[in-house]
Amino acid sequence: MKDVYLRIPEHEGLIKCPSGIRGFDEITEGGLPAGRPTLVVGGPGCGKTMLAIEFLVRGAMEYNDPGVFLAFEETPADLAKNVASLGFDLNSLIAQKKMVIDHIHIEPTEIEETGEYDLEGLFIRLGHAIDSIGAKRVALDTIEVLFSGFMDHTVLRAELRRLFRWLKEKEVTAIITGEAGERTFSRYGLEEYVADCVIALDNRVVNQIATRRLRIVKYRGSAHGMDEYPFLIDADGFSVIPVTSLALDHEVSSERVSSGIARLDTMLGGGYYRGSSILVSGIAGTGKTSVAASFANAACARGERCLYFAFEESKGQMVRNMRSISIDLGRWTESGLLQFHASRPTVYGLEMHLAMMHKLVSEFQPDVVVVDPISNLISVGSDLQVRSMLTRMIDFLKANQITALFTDLTLGGASIESTEVRVSSIMDTWLLLGYVEENAERNRVLNLLKSRGMAHSNQMREFVLSDDGIHLNDVYVGPEGVLTGAARLTQEAKANAAALLRTQELDARTRAIQRRRETLEAKIAALRAEYESELDDLETAIEQERVQQEMLAEDREALAEHRRSDRR
Amino acid sequence: MTANTTPPPPDRWELRLYVAGQTPRSLAAFANLREICETHLEGQYSIEVIDLQQNPQLAAGDQIVAIPTLIRKLPTPMKKIIGDLSNTERVLVGLDLRHID
Repeated sequence: MKDVYLRIPEHEGLIKCPSGIRGFDEITEGGLPAGRPTLVVGGPGCGKTMLAIEFLVRGAMEYNDPGVFLAFEETPADLAKNVASLGFDLNSLIAQKKMVIDHIHIEPTEIEETGEYDLEGLFIRLGHAIDSIGAKRVALDTIEVLFSGFMDHTVLRAELRRLFRWLKEKEVTAIITGEAGERTFSRYGLEEYVADCVIALDNRVVNQIATRRLRIVKYRGSAHGMDEYPFLIDADGFSVIPVTSLALDHEVSSERVSSGIARLDTMLGGGYYRGSSILVSGIAGTGKTSVAASFANAACARGERCLYFAFEESKGQMVRNMRSISIDLGRWTESGLLQFHASRPTVYGLEMHLAMMHKLVSEFQPDVVVVDPISNLISVGSDLQVRSMLTRMIDFLKANQITALFTDLTLGGASIESTEVRVSSIMDTWLLLGYVEENAERNRVLNLLKSRGMAHSNQMREFVLSDDGIHLNDVYVGPEGVLTGAARLTQEAKANAAALLRTQELDARTRAIQRRRETLEAKIAALRAEYESELDDLETAIEQERVQQEMLAEDREALAEHRRSDRR
Repeated sequence: MTANTTPPPPDRWELRLYVAGQTPRSLAAFANLREICETHLEGQYSIEVIDLQQNPQLAAGDQIVAIPTLIRKLPTPMKKIIGDLSNTERVLVGLDLRHID
């Protein structure tokens, strides 16, 4: 276990005896008062015996403290059988001399009281058991049986007073169980004798859902948590969930983790902060689970561990459904990075859910937790309780640097503020998924309502679930308002057509000018040809003239020679 | 003694008295027991005294909590009587001897 799950401050003065029971030592700041008796009261079926026996078993196994269990109600065989399901092997502990179970059976009908007596026999038996193994821990479950076995309660009370004093002298840490009473904590007022530490267990049924709770009524000489703490008894034994409103002093990370949706990361300026809490709210069918699954998928792809609490869908259904938007969660569940915990909210009370989540988170140690959806938990608690539970859950997750994504189903017609009132203030990032309804269709849109500590986009995006995943598209914002879906497509088509038309016009004009240019060039060529031909003619004429002149000159010479002219 | 209300009288009474040390109460219990037995079961009884301070491991067998405790081992069924046996009437009821009276 990580250290953070169990923070026991050093305590001076009172010496404490660690119980070894999960969460219990944390709320008692170290365990039970060592060497003193502690009274555990509760109604039938509260888990008193389980607490007592686990205190002894953990003591024997983890702290090497031998223990004596004085069973007034159950036989050792029954006890061994009952705790075998928790993986405790009482018979082996007994064989190793780490535990003694003495069954004290009192049958009121076969006892005749004929004068003065005391309970020295009980002392002798207990003393013998303690001495035989050097016991450090003792459990008496439940000593109140004596009240039905013996008529003379004056004697009995005097003897109990003596017993508890004697236990202190023996310096054993003892748990004494008692039935819860109506006006006193225990039916026979045992708290009168056990003044050091009183713990009340409770199994309350609200709306047909039972929730186990533990409260430290008093703990003389020690600080302790005052709240009622939910606890579980399951295959691993007793676990108390030390969920108080933790101080807001958890470490913060500026590391970003991807949401699994590329454009959403961009909108967030790089992704969610690690260890932050994210709320995805929206009415039915807006794609909350898909956003959650993307996030889980991205986490597993990074090699991180993800715990997914599904309150609406089973694991198989989730895997199948997400495959339709090409998110393959199956491979992560196979590789063990992704663990689904699918249950109906109504199987437990709210506190039990918290306890269960707390336990699973502690065991699985995920990097990412998804709760889908939290709104279903409201069916088992009031808004206030849900809020308080989530606050404790988020504090716990933050303390462990776990990034948590919660989805919330808002009711159709209800304003988004209904979410706000409940949980949004404890969330760091809030995505709102909604519909834009127009032209007889509904299109999903995504808003990033808030995101603490990051510059984020204020733009609405159209949210498209397609065969190849989730896409965010810019919505069309034009003179007609915000357009999505087919309207956006139509508008885009219109725009495209207009653009095409303009392109075609330009092309035509380009071609026209080209043609003009060609014509012009042809004309130039023709003119040039005409000019060249004229020039040619001219040159020819000049040449002819020159030739003619030469010929004329030659002719004159020839004639003159012929005439023997003397004019030379 | 009427034969139709009680089974045939057993000829052997096996009694066991648990005490813790030689306390006045233990001694009183033993004395009271002797007297009752001598009165009602002369020659038919045996008393075994077990001091749990010396043999604490014997307490569990007969489920001893209160001291002193008298156990009627025989005749069956087993009977358990606690206290210093000073209330003779109740001892007789406890031992099923009241018809003899």
